[in-house]
Amino acid sequence: MTVDASRGAEGSPELVQLLTPEGERVEHPDYDIDLTPEDVRSLYRDLVLVRRIDLEAVALQRQGELGIWASLLGQEAAQIGSGRALTDVDMAFPTYREHGVAWCRDVDPVKLLGLFRGVNHGGWDPKEHNFHLYTIVIGSQTLHAVGYAMGIQRDDANAATIVYFGDGATSQGDVNESFIWASVFNAPIVFFCQNNQWAISEPLEKQTRIPLYRRASGFGFPGIRVDGNDVFACLAVTRKALEAARTGQGPTLIEAFTYRMGAHTTTDDPTRYRVASELEAWKLKDPIERVKAYLFKNELADQVFFDSVDGEADQLGADLRRRCLAMPDPEPLDIFDHVYSEPHALIDQERAQFAAYLEGFEK
Amino acid sequence: MTVLSLSKALNEGMRKAMEDDSKVLIMGEDVGKLGGVFRVTDGLQKDFGEDRVIDTPLAESGIIGTAIGLALRGYRPVCEIQFDGFVFPAADQIITQLAKMPMRSLGTIKLPVVIRIPCGGGIGAVEHHSESPEAYFTHTAGLRVVACSNPADAYTMIQQAISSDDPVLFFEPKRRYWEKADIDTTSTDWWTPLHAAKVVRSGADATLLAYGPMVKTCLEAATAAEDDGRSLEVIDLRSLNPLDEPVVMESARRTGRVVVVHEAPVNSGFGAELAARITEQCFYHLEAPVLRVGGFSTPYPPSKLEEHYLPDLDRVLDAVDRTFGY
Repeated sequence: MTVDASRGAEGSPELVQLLTPEGERVEHPDYDIDLTPEDVRSLYRDLVLVRRIDLEAVALQRQGELGIWASLLGQEAAQIGSGRALTDVDMAFPTYREHGVAWCRDVDPVKLLGLFRGVNHGGWDPKEHNFHLYTIVIGSQTLHAVGYAMGIQRDDANAATIVYFGDGATSQGDVNESFIWASVFNAPIVFFCQNNQWAISEPLEKQTRIPLYRRASGFGFPGIRVDGNDVFACLAVTRKALEAARTGQGPTLIEAFTYRMGAHTTTDDPTRYRVASELEAWKLKDPIERVKAYLFKNELADQVFFDSVDGEADQLGADLRRRCLAMPDPEPLDIFDHVYSEPHALIDQERAQFAAYLEGFEK
Repeated sequence: MTVLSLSKALNEGMRKAMEDDSKVLIMGEDVGKLGGVFRVTDGLQKDFGEDRVIDTPLAESGIIGTAIGLALRGYRPVCEIQFDGFVFPAADQIITQLAKMPMRSLGTIKLPVVIRIPCGGGIGAVEHHSESPEAYFTHTAGLRVVACSNPADAYTMIQQAISSDDPVLFFEPKRRYWEKADIDTTSTDWWTPLHAAKVVRSGADATLLAYGPMVKTCLEAATAAEDDGRSLEVIDLRSLNPLDEPVVMESARRTGRVVVVHEAPVNSGFGAELAARITEQCFYHLEAPVLRVGGFSTPYPPSKLEEHYLPDLDRVLDAVDRTFGY
């Protein structure tokens, strides 16, 4: 058996790339993007800031302030590129690692920490941001996203849905069912698969023997592989796919070919299953460095700009830390809140009993 | 008054709900053109169109998962799971997603999704078509679980379930689909709240607790028990989660003897919850332990054996006899 799931990576014509790892702008016949210098600086700023948020969260976990954290390190371009392609009325369904997309949807980063600190299961209003709650069971959200897209169809709205998932999720039944649903209903949805090469310890070849983007053809819609470390290409490809969705052309599968530079989560130890040289090779394709090189080479930004972004990132990190530590613990009786939207006799009974029990300690 | 079968009563109830609220959708396998394998959704697609009565691909997780997405967009999907034994492919979407998402959202999300499940045996079906999976779902916080037993309740309860802002699992007694009754479809004055139990036969000596298909069996048992000079009260629980405790406990205290009857296996069945709650709350009023009549701790048998597996009038009366033996 020949496993060629990684074919089409760096240097292959199958990979849509607009900015090389060295920061050289390249053309692609199907995808182009017109970015002002200010656009590029703004993308760079987002990439740096979300990496800083992530770094601070990892540190908070190491110091016992978070129970766990799922790092996005290495996937910033995939998330910022796709996230910035969304309009306000588009809806995004994340996994638990889309901190960069959350940033693009104006979710306060401290709200991301609630789940990982154990104070709630999701601390933002999905409707306010058009950014759904994090979904932890792998792939379940793809069906929610397709259902939401079917709702957009019925509303006749000029909007689309994007759903995020990883390479491991492509093995899930729900993801495959969502491809079928989206296809037969021609739903306005973009499937954004961040192929970061690893599903905890399992490499890509444990999930597939063909490149993931090619699976789309079997379901009857286009699949595209984009350089997931190229923020320009991710933005261009996602924009086009969202526009196709909005204009009745149905779903697209985007495989953002990237790399999880950190551990799966803070509980994981990648040295047990992957070699250090792999990480070193991917560091040369860093999603932030190439934008910095591009800005430098083309004299679109100077050291003052880079220093100011770094300063802003440090402030953001410090602010995030301070507000994480200030996050109040939930009250015991909060356990009973929002289980049902309408009154429920058993919940009311148990709340009252537990309240009385707690009061017994206070006397 | 209109004479309606239980299946037609459900159909009329859904039709009313769809007329009243354009956000109500029907979705499932074969629910459109065919009208469902039991014809419960017959004619609805013709009248409301394919956008509102959706023939879905054949995948139960997909049905519930996309229903959740539609509900997030403001719709009120009514999903049909074709048979009880086919609900399990959707278990993650029901138990992990549908039931928990409102709490995870701190109340910003409501998921008004109804899942209709034809349940129970007695129709000579092949395997996986005769099961009673309700206890898997009463064990899951965030779901409401109800079961209708007769045409009038089918008509009202399906409309109440659809108007609930919480997810509702709606169990339909498939062998009673063809039972008929006179129903007043012009007024709501006679309706009972969705989560209220009903004393469907008053009695003084012992209480039979049932829901869904077993209500009729218990009523027949109560009639037969008259010959033995025993007055049995029959309560149709109608709602398993939440449970109408006051009605159940009042009866248990008054008669002092309770028999729970369901088709599902007795072991870890909903009857265990009832027995425990009654014992906790009515201990000093009880003359006998709460007895349970139900399926055996086996998979549902081949249909030639189902009459031995399913509780019938005699097995209910046998339990009644035993409760008087204490």
